[in-house]
Amino acid sequence: MCMIIWALVSYGFGIILRPLLAGISMGGADLGFWFAQQGSILVFIVLIFFYAWRMNRLDAEHGVDE
Amino acid sequence: MSQFTLNLIVIGLSFALYIGIAIWARAGSTAEFYAANRGVSPVMNGMATAADWMSAASFISMAGLIAFTGYDNSTYLMGWTGGYVLLAMLLAPYLRKFGKFTVPEFIGDRFYSGTARIIGVVCLLIISITYVIGQMTGVGVTFSRYLEVSNSTGLWIGAALVFVYAVLGGMKGITYTQVAQYIVLIIAYTIPAVFIALQLTGHVLPQTGLFGTLSASDTKFLATLDQVVTDLGFKSYTGHHQSTLDMVLFTMALMIGTAGLPHVIIRFFTVPKVADARKSAGWALVFIALLYTVAPAVGSMSRFNLTATMWPGAETGQTFSQPAVSLADIESREDLNWMRNWQVTGLLNWEDKNGDGLIQYYNEAGAANEPLAGVIAEQGLQGNELTTVNNDIMVLANPEIANLPGWVIAIVAAGGLAAALSTAAGLLLAISGAVSHDLIKGAINPGISEKGELFAARVSMAVSILVATLLGLNPPGFAAQTVALAFGLAASSIFPVLMMGIFSTRMNKEGAVAGMLAGIVSTLIYIFTYKGWFFVTGTNMLPDTADAWLLGISPASFGTVGAVINFVVAYLVSNATKEPPPEVRDLVASIRVPRGAGAAQAH
Repeated sequence: MCMIIWALVSYGFGIILRPLLAGISMGGADLGFWFAQQGSILVFIVLIFFYAWRMNRLDAEHGVDE
Repeated sequence: MSQFTLNLIVIGLSFALYIGIAIWARAGSTAEFYAANRGVSPVMNGMATAADWMSAASFISMAGLIAFTGYDNSTYLMGWTGGYVLLAMLLAPYLRKFGKFTVPEFIGDRFYSGTARIIGVVCLLIISITYVIGQMTGVGVTFSRYLEVSNSTGLWIGAALVFVYAVLGGMKGITYTQVAQYIVLIIAYTIPAVFIALQLTGHVLPQTGLFGTLSASDTKFLATLDQVVTDLGFKSYTGHHQSTLDMVLFTMALMIGTAGLPHVIIRFFTVPKVADARKSAGWALVFIALLYTVAPAVGSMSRFNLTATMWPGAETGQTFSQPAVSLADIESREDLNWMRNWQVTGLLNWEDKNGDGLIQYYNEAGAANEPLAGVIAEQGLQGNELTTVNNDIMVLANPEIANLPGWVIAIVAAGGLAAALSTAAGLLLAISGAVSHDLIKGAINPGISEKGELFAARVSMAVSILVATLLGLNPPGFAAQTVALAFGLAASSIFPVLMMGIFSTRMNKEGAVAGMLAGIVSTLIYIFTYKGWFFVTGTNMLPDTADAWLLGISPASFGTVGAVINFVVAYLVSNATKEPPPEVRDLVASIRVPRGAGAAQAH
């Protein structure tokens, strides 16, 4: 799931799907440009912390944490 | 106080700080030397990882690459940050659980094979040494520019400093030194960016200034930049001009290359718990993102300022409303001092080809487009008169172009050095670990004492510094090409073998060895075909142009294809040979369970 979002914001919004987002203007450029230069990086950070929190909780639930 | 004295004081203070920390944190045992006794908190570890990872390429080079290419080079931003998602989710926690000191050690134990371990060492040495050469070159250039010494003197000063704290301090010294270096480099990078964003757009945050409105003309900054550069015959800044396939493959190669770089992976051996390894990658990315989200603003704004210096009318988006900058101004005006300074280095140059006393900067490839074609005819231009603009000077020259105060310029110099030195130190640690721990203790002399191992580690560091410095003295056009090679090699060799080692209980030593060899050899051959054998110019068998590339895949992007080859070959070979022994399969299963990581096995 996290990997899908990871691929979507970088390869998807940032590169391949950029023409689809071209209509959405974002400060002198379009949304795809924003994802490529800012958005993808911010989403990556959120993803890692979400994943770390979720996995650490799962480990605790199954009694395999440290 | 002159700019020179100021540079000297700021750089001197920053170095006194690093060396002081290295002495204060001197390592005693091997565990401390390699992995800081596994006692580094995730936040500190993240900060040190960030300094380790952000090299001269990130600090000095990347914004310049983005500045002159625009959107297409967003691949660097996404590729060099996205790799941390892979690290956090797929590699770091499992490798930490495995409890080893080095990457080849993991490969050797997981695939129960000394051969696999030695191949791992060879990959690591190729990747790391080529990287260090690039860093040493960066150190030499920065020192020579700011200390006004020759390039080789600058290089030797840098080598001596790296030697002192890497060799004496080990990982613990390096971890805390790198925290200090991170702070210096991030301040050095953001202060000028904030000043320039304020000047141009009135935004304090460069990240929002990039999408803000230009104060001088009340139009959107990026739209104005697009307008100005296309006026001058360049490709639009925000437009997509490269092949989509190549962009995707290049981004992928940088991402999996990041996740396969031994000196980055080694960081995640230094946190106390598996849970911390996951968080550490997150913190590393937070600290990296502070620079990486600023970089596109630095790139676009320095491009804009450079263009507006050459064509004063461009400042309001009306490129040709005023005449170009005059030769007399460049040679006399106080605020254009930086042009004369950089001319000395040969990285910036100009020539009044048509003898009209003005320096007109434009792109000859776009000369047929209006309105440029009209201007060329009207002013009798005989070609672009800003004859040399090196991408790599943009970040260092940026504060000078924007006329920022002298202390800002001095801090940028210290930051560039911090970036190059911190990465060089981290790489040297990975090299010395591979040589002393994997090669000598693991293969040549298993009975070596802890003291002897520590000594071997220090000697191998000293030797690598010497080799890298000597190669850095005469870089045969190295830096950019070898960085691409290092990423391609890491992507095609180390990353796949780690993935299969963690997630497949069926993968055996035959598969891993065949996969690593197939991945690394295919990538090397593809790169050498276009770049020349061992980078010797003139020995390339095909021209290095998009038309000659296989399916339009550039040599730098081929690491992704090499990784796929590695996976496929490993899968086929492993299924054709017998499965790994049961104790190895149990081991792989146990990596998934975090509990018990505290009892990390010594060697």
